[in-house]
Amino acid sequence: MDILVANSTILIGMAVVFGLFMAWGIGANDVANAMGTSVGSGALTFKQAVIIAAIFECAGAVLAGGEVTKTIRKGIVDVSSLGSTPELLVYGMLASLLAAGIWLLVATRMGWPVSTTHSIVGAIVGFGAVGIGMEAVQWVKVGTIAMSWVTSPLMAGAIGFALFRSIQKLIIDTEDPLEKAKKYVPYYIFMVGFIMAMVTLLKGLKHVGVKLPFDQNMMYATLIGVVVALIGTVMIKRLKFTKKEDKKFHFANMEKIFGVLMIFTAIAMAFAHGSNDVANAIGPVAAVYGIVSSAGEVAAKSATPIWILVLGGGGIVLGLATYGHKVIATVGSGISELTPSRGFAATLAAATTVVVASGTGLPISTTHTLVGAVIGVGLARGIGALNIGVIQKIFLSWIITLPAGAILSILFFFFFKGAFS
Amino acid sequence: MVRRSPITNMFAGSPVAPLQEHISKAHEAVKKLEPFFVAVIAKDYEQAAVLEREIHRLEVEADDLKHSLRIQLPNSLFMPMPRERILDIVLNQDRLANKAKEVAGYVSGRQMSVPDEIADLLIELVKQSIASSRQAKKIVNELDELVEVGFRGREVSSVEEMINDLDDIEYGADKLGTQINNALFVIEKNLDPIDAVFLYRVIQNVGEVADIAQRVGARLELLLAR
Repeated sequence: MDILVANSTILIGMAVVFGLFMAWGIGANDVANAMGTSVGSGALTFKQAVIIAAIFECAGAVLAGGEVTKTIRKGIVDVSSLGSTPELLVYGMLASLLAAGIWLLVATRMGWPVSTTHSIVGAIVGFGAVGIGMEAVQWVKVGTIAMSWVTSPLMAGAIGFALFRSIQKLIIDTEDPLEKAKKYVPYYIFMVGFIMAMVTLLKGLKHVGVKLPFDQNMMYATLIGVVVALIGTVMIKRLKFTKKEDKKFHFANMEKIFGVLMIFTAIAMAFAHGSNDVANAIGPVAAVYGIVSSAGEVAAKSATPIWILVLGGGGIVLGLATYGHKVIATVGSGISELTPSRGFAATLAAATTVVVASGTGLPISTTHTLVGAVIGVGLARGIGALNIGVIQKIFLSWIITLPAGAILSILFFFFFKGAFS
Repeated sequence: MVRRSPITNMFAGSPVAPLQEHISKAHEAVKKLEPFFVAVIAKDYEQAAVLEREIHRLEVEADDLKHSLRIQLPNSLFMPMPRERILDIVLNQDRLANKAKEVAGYVSGRQMSVPDEIADLLIELVKQSIASSRQAKKIVNELDELVEVGFRGREVSSVEEMINDLDDIEYGADKLGTQINNALFVIEKNLDPIDAVFLYRVIQNVGEVADIAQRVGARLELLLAR
């Protein structure tokens, strides 16, 4: 206990620095995957994508990031088992941040598609099982998280398939796709707004101190959906269509309307990504802060302070501004074959899955979810060609990332333990 | 430290655009057969040789496109169009250019002269073969639309119609071939025997261009079947 009091400033300081570094890494690299489909399909310019990402990653982190943060903070390691040695959790969380950060650096160098989420979860499980004890790890919860890593890409794939088939039926395969697109796209925009608002209202806002009854939530979500749908309708009205463009590619004008829809799905994606991934950086920070500030009191109840959520959101924006914009440009130009209609189906499927996971408190990989969604659209014969060799790489990265994160965090854990006592 | 994104890695080259580029090139070679035979009939062998070289150049360029397309289609690609069929289509597209090169090659090399009795019919046949090749190109150009609709519904029927039209054009070429063969048969006794044999071969080969174009259409039709 005395250790915590004596070193409180340095411990919190370290947690903030490490957390900021992780958030920076997420902003620099992971955001690009979330925004790439929008840039690649030509719905957003790369500058617009950066601005949208900056605003809505931050909003997602603050408004809907609380539940996953809670899981990272106290859902994986059972804090009540610590008893008289709460400082172990502090060392462990610091070690996890450092381990995940370093592993991501290494993997990036090697070009492996590793997930930030998997690294941090592996690290926390590692120090928990070895540093504190096997019984300290909540294996049931860990099992649920691991399951969600498999189910989230599958779910996104299924939604992506269904969404694409629905626009195929309602819009693309009709007498006049352009008119049908004008008619139906506002409904899809409504859906985007409604789903995002609903999950945020139900699960996210309680972490910032707002809790409403269900029927009110329903009302507000509908209202938000209607408002964004109206904005979208105005945007579609302002589009200019020319017969000439349809000569070369018959669906050029229709795709313009999907371009508008894509702007909204891009916003949803940035929001969803912020709500899930920010926890990887700030969950451990919140844990350290919670214990140190209460001088060893392992508070199971305390909420995550908003300044920590803002710290995470800010770190992501920082990463985006200093480095991520380049990566978005790279990813965006690499997938120029994606048309807005497919980009919409894949991105909305992924965003929905991620935001639902965020609401449930499950830390999942946004990138892998998006891969699943794209394959779902591909299964509906909607994409010219997909290189599914990437699935194998993702599997491999799972197998390496969990032990690597765990081993590194165990090493750092014992280092911190030795250094502070 | 740019992480290679798995998302980017997934979008590894749809064969649609390269396929369209390739048939454009092949059709360009076939198209040159008309001015080529006009020159031959006018006995302007200098001009014919120039055109023959151009056809040859286009055929080589089509070959290069074919190779890069094949390399671009690794085994791990997941496509709405089976890989073998794509390779089969590009092979047949390539034969269009090959056939044009072959005919132009020996006609120019032997400085063949076309008897007046069949000259008009021959130009007619060449035009018909070029029309088949053009129709095949038009069908291949619908591939991006087919991907856009996910190989379903209206667009599929309209492409099927285009394939039917191609069959009609090819049938026209067949009939012209028979007609011109008959016309040649009437006058063959007056010709040098070797020249006559080669004239029959020209008729056959020009007709084959239409055959190959039809085959491109048929291969595409297989993509439509689920």
